[in-house]
Amino acid sequence: MKRAEGRTADGLIGWTLRRLLLSVIVVFGAATVTFATLQLTPGDPTYAVLNNPSPPPELVAHVRHDLGFDRPVADQYTRFLGRLATGDLGRSYQLDQPVWRVITAQLGSTVELAAAGFVLALGAAVVLATATAGRRPLVRRASAALELLSVSTPSFWTGIVLLTFLSFRLHLFPATGGTGPRGLALPAITLALGIAGAYTQVLREGLERALDEPFALNSRARGSGETAVRLRHALRHALTPIVTMSGWTMGTLLTGAVIVESVFSRQGLGRTLATAISGHDLPLVTGIVVLAAAAFTLLNIAVDLLYRILDPRLREAAP
Amino acid sequence: MSSAEPLLRVEDLQVAFHTPQGVVQAVRTVDFTVAPGECLAVVGESGSGKSVTARTLIGLPGPGARVRARRLTLDGEDLLGLSERRWREVRGGRIGFMPQDALSALDPLRKVGAEVAEGLRNHRPARRADVRAGVVELLRLARIPEPDLRARQYAHQLSGGLRQRAVLATALAAGPGLLVADEPTTALDVTVQARILDLLAARKAEGVAILLISHDLAVVGRLADRIAVMHDGVFVETGPTERILTEPAHPYTRRLLAAVPSAHAKGTRLSLEPPATPAKAPPPEVASGRVLEVSGLTKTFRTVGRRRRTAVEDVSFTLEAGETLGVLGESGSGKSTVARIVLGLLEPDAGSVALHGRPWSALREPARRPLRHRIQFVQQDPLASFDPRYTVERIVAEGLRDRPGPGRRRDRIADLLEQVGLDGALLDRRPAQLSGGQRQRVAIARALAPGPDVIVCDEPVSALDVSVQAQILDLFADLQRGLRVALLFISHDLGVIYHVSDRVIVMKGGRVVETGEAAEVFARPRHEHTRELLSALPELRDAGPAATSSPSPS
Repeated sequence: MKRAEGRTADGLIGWTLRRLLLSVIVVFGAATVTFATLQLTPGDPTYAVLNNPSPPPELVAHVRHDLGFDRPVADQYTRFLGRLATGDLGRSYQLDQPVWRVITAQLGSTVELAAAGFVLALGAAVVLATATAGRRPLVRRASAALELLSVSTPSFWTGIVLLTFLSFRLHLFPATGGTGPRGLALPAITLALGIAGAYTQVLREGLERALDEPFALNSRARGSGETAVRLRHALRHALTPIVTMSGWTMGTLLTGAVIVESVFSRQGLGRTLATAISGHDLPLVTGIVVLAAAAFTLLNIAVDLLYRILDPRLREAAP
Repeated sequence: MSSAEPLLRVEDLQVAFHTPQGVVQAVRTVDFTVAPGECLAVVGESGSGKSVTARTLIGLPGPGARVRARRLTLDGEDLLGLSERRWREVRGGRIGFMPQDALSALDPLRKVGAEVAEGLRNHRPARRADVRAGVVELLRLARIPEPDLRARQYAHQLSGGLRQRAVLATALAAGPGLLVADEPTTALDVTVQARILDLLAARKAEGVAILLISHDLAVVGRLADRIAVMHDGVFVETGPTERILTEPAHPYTRRLLAAVPSAHAKGTRLSLEPPATPAKAPPPEVASGRVLEVSGLTKTFRTVGRRRRTAVEDVSFTLEAGETLGVLGESGSGKSTVARIVLGLLEPDAGSVALHGRPWSALREPARRPLRHRIQFVQQDPLASFDPRYTVERIVAEGLRDRPGPGRRRDRIADLLEQVGLDGALLDRRPAQLSGGQRQRVAIARALAPGPDVIVCDEPVSALDVSVQAQILDLFADLQRGLRVALLFISHDLGVIYHVSDRVIVMKGGRVVETGEAAEVFARPRHEHTRELLSALPELRDAGPAATSSPSPS
């Protein structure tokens, strides 16, 4: 038994290393796509660097040469990859700061927002789904309608509605620039709503399937109450699809952050990204995209490992 | 035993299900009592209402159920008007429930110990250490070796027999006086089945009342004091085990008994159905002589890590035209691996399969494909082998070698259905709209469609009720007589193998341990394992194949 476990662990380490190697390729691909997109979008990044609507032509030429924009695209691409490989993300044109510093300064706020949004969404979904799974059709239908509404409402609109009523009218929360939990509340709720709707639907379906399984009947036959059967047995089965949705969740949180941070004028990576894109700030956009790509691939590795924790049957399967 | 005051009294129990399609009366009227230390067996086919009866006793008959009874008492307490809170004390605390299919009865995501502990904690609040000790004690009581280790394992890490014992431990955790066991041994091998029945007998001897639900008269004969035969929601006959098995009064009981394949029935028909009518003339290209020659088959599989498991080792046999070779073995003995190699779905590591004296397993797939119609396959679970969206016509048409026009195709398929005793009206049905027996007949029709020389049957009747099984076994016999098709018939069921086979090979751990004429092998088994299988066989008392004196299974 012991030896078998050791072997599985060995296989797991090898598997994780292989996955990490593959993720490097994914990040490289994401960087390339970003580079190509920014090459193809109209507008000259030189002007973004100069931050001056009508600079003298000789200055433009000088800066262009300095940044290598006058070289052939292939040459620019090689130099770009070379810098990326050494971990140098370059300097932001607009902010005139190293990209690393910009990202690290903004990351905390966005992670805080995303984490709060995710926890809220998951918590609300677990409560709603556990309460409504397998109940009378009327209860289920009401909940399903709410979920549909929350999924299909665009978050910028939700944000504005929340701001109008809870901040401007009732003064319960600060409209912008709030710090601490009170400042975080409205943006996090806005971000969580769409995710909570989707989560509730998936969770309820999983719960209903698990409650139909013989082991649920068996647990009831041992004298377990309805709540115990749901929480102890069915919920864990229902959570597996939520883990599968992690990639979707992260994408939604990231794009959601761009909108929510803009609506609530919050600091963060999302808003920085939006400004960087409109300003042709190539190094900053690339830096954020590379970071996101790395986070995505790491998340996928984490998810595959998490399956093994959630479902013991997968622990013995070859990774 | 029956002199004791009954623990459970049921009078005129009725269970109806209210569905959108109308009211379904699952249990019409049922009366029985079970006393402490007594075992009442309820025997019937699927759909007879026996499982509903069992679930009604624990207050979980299912959604939309209406339960009525003149009397339903446990130890004097009326169960009918029980509040949900009180029901939770009764479930597990006073009535233990042991469901069929132990794999799905244990939560796959939780440890076995946690499942047993749940039964303990639900009824007496206890400290963690006490619960842990209690769990180990319960597993030990269920005769699970190394209970400490097993409590920390998951259901999928246990064998079928251990799993079923663990389920028994969960059912008995809080020491209920009544155990309701719904088909507790159905999916198990005979030797394992015998041990589970012994375990239940030990509990019975300690005074636990048992209500045993089963479709298999032979199994219940080993444990039950009384048998109630259930058909269509009523008990058609109730009486002491001995009398029901030897002098059945009701025609339905007699039919159930006759359907069990056993020594006296070999060469006779098991069902009351008229013989099917196979094709008028045998197909012209019918084979004669040796159809299959299998020699020295060996196959190993990679398992966790880099270990290898030998599934099949040095297996050799031959199959003549029009003959049935029975392959007998318990789960894990390598039967199905042999079947898949013979079908050309799996490459052997060593050894070869020859079809009509020409290489078969050695061929590459493109060379093999034109010959594939000669070997066909019938599986245990026909439903899983059908596309649920196909009609019966399309399912069977897949087996045809040519593509006739729509009109001609329909006629051909209708002919094939008639051969397997099915009405042409079923052509447009989908698999979900067929009964288990009809599904297996459709699977057989599909296998017959290309005019094969060999049909490999992997546990073709294991999922069927005894009486349906009898009809399918008769059908195989009729078809073989008419079409001279050779059968490689795989089963874990000795009675079935004995009934259908001309010759038998017995497999254990991937090897053939015994081979010979069916009558010879069963009358004078030479190998230890065959003897063990025979002695574990729950037999109808006057009818089973003669088991010689043999060491009892431990």
